[in-house]
Amino acid sequence: MKDGVNGVALAVFLFFFLAVTVMGFLAARWRRAENEHSLDEWGLGGRSFGTWITWFLLGGDLYTAYTFVAVPAAVYAAGAAGFFAVPYTILVYPLIFTFLPRLWSVSHKHGYVTTSDFVRGRFGSKGLSLAVAVTGLLATMPYIALQLVGIQAVLDVMGIGGGESTHWFVKDLPLLIAFGVLAAYTYSSGLRAPALIAFVKDTLIYLVIAVAIIYIPIKLGGFGAIFDAAGDAFAQKNPATGQPRGALVPGEMGQWGYATLALGSALALFMYPHSITATLSSRSRDVIRRNTTILPLYSLMLGLLALLGFMAIAAGVKVTNGQLAIPQLFEDMFPDWFAGIAFAAIGIGALVPAAIMSIAAANLFTRNIYKDFIKPDATPAQETKVSKLVSLLVKVGALVFVLTMDKTVAINFQLLGGIWILQTFPALVGGLFTRWFHRWALLGGWAVGMVYGTAAAYGVASPTQKHFGGSSAEIPGIGEIGYIGLTAFVLNALVTVVLTFVLRAVKAPDGVDETQPSDYTADAGDPGVATELPELVEGPEAENGQRGPSKAPA
Amino acid sequence: MAQEPEERKPEEQGPRPPGDTGALPVVTPVRVVVALCLAAPFAAMLWVSSYARVEPRLIGIPFFYWYQMAWVVLSTILTMAAYQLWHREQRARKAARPERSAQSERSAKGGAAK
Repeated sequence: MKDGVNGVALAVFLFFFLAVTVMGFLAARWRRAENEHSLDEWGLGGRSFGTWITWFLLGGDLYTAYTFVAVPAAVYAAGAAGFFAVPYTILVYPLIFTFLPRLWSVSHKHGYVTTSDFVRGRFGSKGLSLAVAVTGLLATMPYIALQLVGIQAVLDVMGIGGGESTHWFVKDLPLLIAFGVLAAYTYSSGLRAPALIAFVKDTLIYLVIAVAIIYIPIKLGGFGAIFDAAGDAFAQKNPATGQPRGALVPGEMGQWGYATLALGSALALFMYPHSITATLSSRSRDVIRRNTTILPLYSLMLGLLALLGFMAIAAGVKVTNGQLAIPQLFEDMFPDWFAGIAFAAIGIGALVPAAIMSIAAANLFTRNIYKDFIKPDATPAQETKVSKLVSLLVKVGALVFVLTMDKTVAINFQLLGGIWILQTFPALVGGLFTRWFHRWALLGGWAVGMVYGTAAAYGVASPTQKHFGGSSAEIPGIGEIGYIGLTAFVLNALVTVVLTFVLRAVKAPDGVDETQPSDYTADAGDPGVATELPELVEGPEAENGQRGPSKAPA
Repeated sequence: MAQEPEERKPEEQGPRPPGDTGALPVVTPVRVVVALCLAAPFAAMLWVSSYARVEPRLIGIPFFYWYQMAWVVLSTILTMAAYQLWHREQRARKAARPERSAQSERSAKGGAAK
């Protein structure tokens, strides 16, 4: 590690950081609508984004700075097991192809801003909606905190993170500034800020990956040499456990874990509030379907990025904190100015999702806690104001979390968050296709999944941690090691089905469903769907919703 | 407005998959192909033992890694195919619909003109 502050890299980093800050504030004027004091405007960018903006926004949202740091870090630490992120993102898109357009349609028809809005409308149950909202908040908070961890890693490697002995305020000052700026422009520009900044972020990321994947292997003697070196490194036994450090391919034992982790994570991804926020901001149903065909470009990038973990091993990067492996690899391999660009890419990569996540969390709080339980007669202007304030609070909360607690706490919670958020799947996706599930059964299944998942994760020990040591445990009844979230999800679904039979048998009150079957296939341009939207190319080719009202009764 | 479709095609009521308001049956060959396109990545990726090996390497990259990367591209192509097929079928369904309306209320022109 080079000592001291890397001046050139820092200057380049600061340049890009300032540029996106200016963009963030100017974004408020971008595609501005007449009525800017509604939650649709601030929290969903006026629901006006087309295919490409949605693509950048979702890409910026799902592939976060933490992903960039953590995925290669996992590969660096253990090899094949860390590569599960690739099948995970492969499976996401066929999956959302089936249900996301339905969510878009019903949300546009009824003005839903969050998934909990939908659940409340569909099942007529504030309790179930609250459960979904609280789960979303709990899962999002640590995710925001981890974005800070991503920025910290970059700042550390650039030499401005300060040593352990530095006064805490000086040490954390750069992080405080970065987040102060982020909070300010999110507050003023809403979802338009991250949408605009996402362009810069992705351009930088693609550039860095393209260069890294060609330049670094040339310097290291080709992929053959890289994987040979990595294979040797993984074969060495850890003196503490007597186990090899990792493997180039998952062994018999690890395959269930690999598959269940990929599947469980894929099911969970679009349960996160921030994914849904970016989805609902798109202007038509078709934008979403089309996006499922172009978003995999990011998966390809993620796969290449994961390979950087092997390069870090081959390049002899030695870090005690795995999170620093990739930033350190960049600093060792690239000339200073390009390292600066790479760091800027990661840093900005943290700002975009942090902004979207805080907006999503704020929308959840405003719509499903504030409006449902505290002030039911809130006006749209009041909703927007509360949402803006909560987005600030959420970020301050994440900052306090990272600054006061150990980093592993944030990672543990993030791990738990993934397990938790998956438990909202039956209510949300189940609800999109059928009204058969009983609302109380869904609540019961959710509770069982949450309790089981939390307890099981608590019981996982690792060489360094007594609890929350990982996300995999033995699957009861099968005996293989698998992802806890998926086991909890299966349990959740079983409980939901059984309870539904019971509740239907005793004729428990079913709740009012305010949606119609045709709402799920409605597209922009159909009667009653978001009339304030600009004209759409897709209008005439819209999916075949029931267009009864437009025809004169016979 | 909610009951008008009922009048027009009473024999078609009941819960049905998205967009299925046309004359075609719920399960069509095209829809089966769409489902297969979407299901194939799951079968391939969850069957880990089929690709958990080092050889054959591609430019030095073990099979395990390049195979999964190849599936990123393959699954994209499959999703695109599903998208196109779905789109085409929706149009076919829409084209088929006025005829049905005509059967029940003899106003095919009104339906088509919209």
